[in-house]
Amino acid sequence: MVQRLRNSLTSTPTASAINAVGVVLVVAALVAAAIRIYQGGAGYFFQTIGFGLAQGAIFALVALGYTMVYGIIELINFAHGDVFTLGAFISLSLMPLLGLNEGQISGAALIIPLLVLFVVTMLVCALVNIGIERIAYRPLRHAPRLAPLITAIGMSALLEGVMNVWRGPSQLHYPDFLPEYQIPLGGGVTIAAKAATVIVIAVVLMVVLTLFVNRSKLGKAMRATAQDRDAAQLMGIDINRTIAATFFIGAALAGAGGIIYGLYYNSVSAFDGFTYGLYAFTAAVFGGIGNIPGAAIGGILIGIIYSISDGYFSVSWTQILVFAILIFVLVFRPTGLLGMRVPEK
Amino acid sequence: MAAILRVNGLTKRFGGLVAVDNVSFDVEAGEVFALIGPNGAGKTTLFNCITGFFKPTLGHVVFGDKDLTGSPPHRTAKAGIARTFQNIRLFDYMSALDNVRLGHHCRMHAMLWDSLFKTPLERNEEREITEHSMELLALVGLEHQADNYARNLAYGQQRRLEIARALATSPKLLLLDEPAAGFNPQEKVELMDLVQTILRRGITVFLIEHDMRVVMQVSQRIVVLDHGEKIAEGPPVEVRNNQRVIEAYLGKSA
Amino acid sequence: MKRVRALLRDNARNANAIAYTLMILGALLYPAVVQFATAGNGDYLVGLAADGGIYILMAIGLNVVVGFAGLLDLGYAAFFAIGSYTYALVASNHLGVTPLGHSLHVPFWIALFIGMFTAAGAGALLGAPTLRLRGDYLAIVTLGFGEIVPRLFKNAGIWTGGVPGIFALDVPTLPGWITGPWVNQPFGWVPDFRFTTDNLTAYYVLMIVLIAVVVVLVHNIYNSRLGRAWMAVREDETAAAATGVNTVSIKLLAFSIGAATSGFAGAFYGAKLSYVSSENFGFVVSVTVLAMVVLGGMGNIPGAMLGGGVLYFILFWFLPNAPAQVESLASAAGLGVLNQVNPNGWPGIAEEVSRSKYVIFGLILVGIMLLRPQGLLPSQVRKQELRHEEHEAIAAPRQLQG
Repeated sequence: MVQRLRNSLTSTPTASAINAVGVVLVVAALVAAAIRIYQGGAGYFFQTIGFGLAQGAIFALVALGYTMVYGIIELINFAHGDVFTLGAFISLSLMPLLGLNEGQISGAALIIPLLVLFVVTMLVCALVNIGIERIAYRPLRHAPRLAPLITAIGMSALLEGVMNVWRGPSQLHYPDFLPEYQIPLGGGVTIAAKAATVIVIAVVLMVVLTLFVNRSKLGKAMRATAQDRDAAQLMGIDINRTIAATFFIGAALAGAGGIIYGLYYNSVSAFDGFTYGLYAFTAAVFGGIGNIPGAAIGGILIGIIYSISDGYFSVSWTQILVFAILIFVLVFRPTGLLGMRVPEK
Repeated sequence: MAAILRVNGLTKRFGGLVAVDNVSFDVEAGEVFALIGPNGAGKTTLFNCITGFFKPTLGHVVFGDKDLTGSPPHRTAKAGIARTFQNIRLFDYMSALDNVRLGHHCRMHAMLWDSLFKTPLERNEEREITEHSMELLALVGLEHQADNYARNLAYGQQRRLEIARALATSPKLLLLDEPAAGFNPQEKVELMDLVQTILRRGITVFLIEHDMRVVMQVSQRIVVLDHGEKIAEGPPVEVRNNQRVIEAYLGKSA
Repeated sequence: MKRVRALLRDNARNANAIAYTLMILGALLYPAVVQFATAGNGDYLVGLAADGGIYILMAIGLNVVVGFAGLLDLGYAAFFAIGSYTYALVASNHLGVTPLGHSLHVPFWIALFIGMFTAAGAGALLGAPTLRLRGDYLAIVTLGFGEIVPRLFKNAGIWTGGVPGIFALDVPTLPGWITGPWVNQPFGWVPDFRFTTDNLTAYYVLMIVLIAVVVVLVHNIYNSRLGRAWMAVREDETAAAATGVNTVSIKLLAFSIGAATSGFAGAFYGAKLSYVSSENFGFVVSVTVLAMVVLGGMGNIPGAMLGGGVLYFILFWFLPNAPAQVESLASAAGLGVLNQVNPNGWPGIAEEVSRSKYVIFGLILVGIMLLRPQGLLPSQVRKQELRHEEHEAIAAPRQLQG
């Protein structure tokens, strides 16, 4: 594998040159980061990591949807990031109905309403995504590659437009229900309980997903269809149902991610999904598109990179950094860290 | 006669599968050379290695005095090796004439500037290659189909169009991948005549073919592949009577 | 005369020829008609059309990339930005406030070309390592590029004017120009003519000329070996490569030409606005141009132009004016309640209408792809392709649903 990596990196003189520059840049960035981390002290570092992990958990939830859909039908569902925002929006509207009014409810009384909130929001997002697949992607399944991509962009615009019409373009306040205290980790270093909660919820969801994919019949069908659609069909797997299930699950996770995002940042707007979706997509590609554990790992890594860049450098450069990572991964190692399970056409 | 193509120790592995295993042979200039073997023997893979669609795992491909091993397809075409495909790959929604005109692309000199401003160089070149394309279409009997979309042509016409397009690249070596597949006997005869015409133009022909009668009649020398290995090479008469070849095709008798 | 008659005969039923004729007539008559219809207050509409011309230029350029070569570029606005900023740097006082300390005032036309070539260069730089990627990855890479470039300009502080941007760019100038009664001046030749916002008709004419020149050039390329090679690569890349076409450099050429066109439009845009800022170059611009090409007909020059014109007017004339119209309509129809603004809920129908830009984008893109993928004015190739698909759909039964 190292040999193949080396081959792919040095295939042409230009590639080698760019690689050399890239390596230098990465090393320089790591050194600069290390210096600043040291200067900032342990406390700040752990806060940053905590934030990064929480961020990464949300990225991972959304990245999973991208990666599963790409794995099964090789389509980049541009609208996925907007399903994430939709989750936040829907939950925002549901909250008053469940008695979830900021400042009026806390502690154990939160658990049941939040649970209901999650379930309903995830369900609605999942149904919306299935609808999108049925209306916009399925008719174009055999069309040239350009067509479903353009349609996906159109869907994304449509979702953003609908949310814009519904609630306007400005930032909306999202209620804060997460615990506010700090969890001591020993040595005077703490992590925000907010971050910890987010991480826990995300991990639970991802564990449930992994169990489902590995143990259940539908999960097996999804893996089979991702590997070889025709063979799966010959084995009697209902392709349409399997694909719809993939969209269902991906959107459910994204919807949950939207709620968590809202709870953590307490602010959401109709057009957030575009940029956030791109971050999550970067995470999916970074970890290995089509690879489910890859999406989770990619999410966490991108979250940490994002957080370190924000915390130790400058917010305005973070976006550029993440997109640069996206481009570099696609150009130099499109299979990502863990590689792609679906063979290249 | 000089060897126009030298294949030396060519090996192609796909992971654990060895599709072509240490194959060596020469193709002499001006001859018709055939590659035969049972299905799955690695024939098309060999073609793909020669024309640059696959990078050989080991071995060399030398064309004339150039080492073309691992060169990308457009470079092997420019060097003078043209090919047709087993499954016919035409530009479906371009006219027959445009398909053949495209073949001239690698030999043309008009640059971006010329195309942008329709310089005399561009206009003259276009006129020349259009004339030449019509000639080639007439050569394969398609001059009346010039403006028809490639997709609308009959199967036999499509195969011939592919050959015309390949000829438009002014090749020195023409690789034909199962050119007679699906032909009726009359069409096969016409194909063999076409091969002779191509030969007379100074182009060496290297073909993969399953129809033994066509192969025996039209080729001067044959190489036989089985499971990726070369098992025989020589004139048709020798190969036809070669025990290993017979076994490869018919299976070892119990 | 015989040639003209033959030309007429050949093209009589050709939809493209009709489209071109109508567009030429429309372009020539537009200012006069508008001024007449608005009793002399048509300056705004003429200026609007001139601005629309910039988008039409971009649509023509993106059509080369997406329609001819089949490459989905989602970051087209980046080249627009590069063209604009390059112009801003070489044709204003800005370089004087940068560490360079010395400002350039390169003559207008040269500055335009500098902007164009810089954008083309950027296109080549981006394309070289990325054009060998498969279609969807390429789309994402261009999207990433389209996000990075404006942000780089925003963050480069002293060099690019940072967030506020760069002001007071040199306006377009020509060695000479004709004025006449259409701008309330006597007939005459004006040397060293400066295009200002007082004379929008001049801009309009200049735009028409630029578009006409670009259309002719792009047409020439399309009907040359380059256009053939693009079509072949789009049809069957493997066969094209086997036939001697260097697919990567052909794609690179298309990409660079597209970038050049966008850069040229960007430079002109900067000059006309006399201002450039990173805010104007977001993804929305890239999507708008893409929607124009898709709507009008991918791969067809008059299609891209038509899509450009139609969508431009929807987005920049209809949508901005619609809210007010809808509001008065609602009142007139007795539905005045729709106009009432509720701070925590319904923002009034006028506001809703003005927010619907993205919904319109989405509906156009999705609708066209599902219902009429060939666009309003399909290219000949697409017409053939779709005719075939229809026949096949009727002939062969649906195999496995979907």
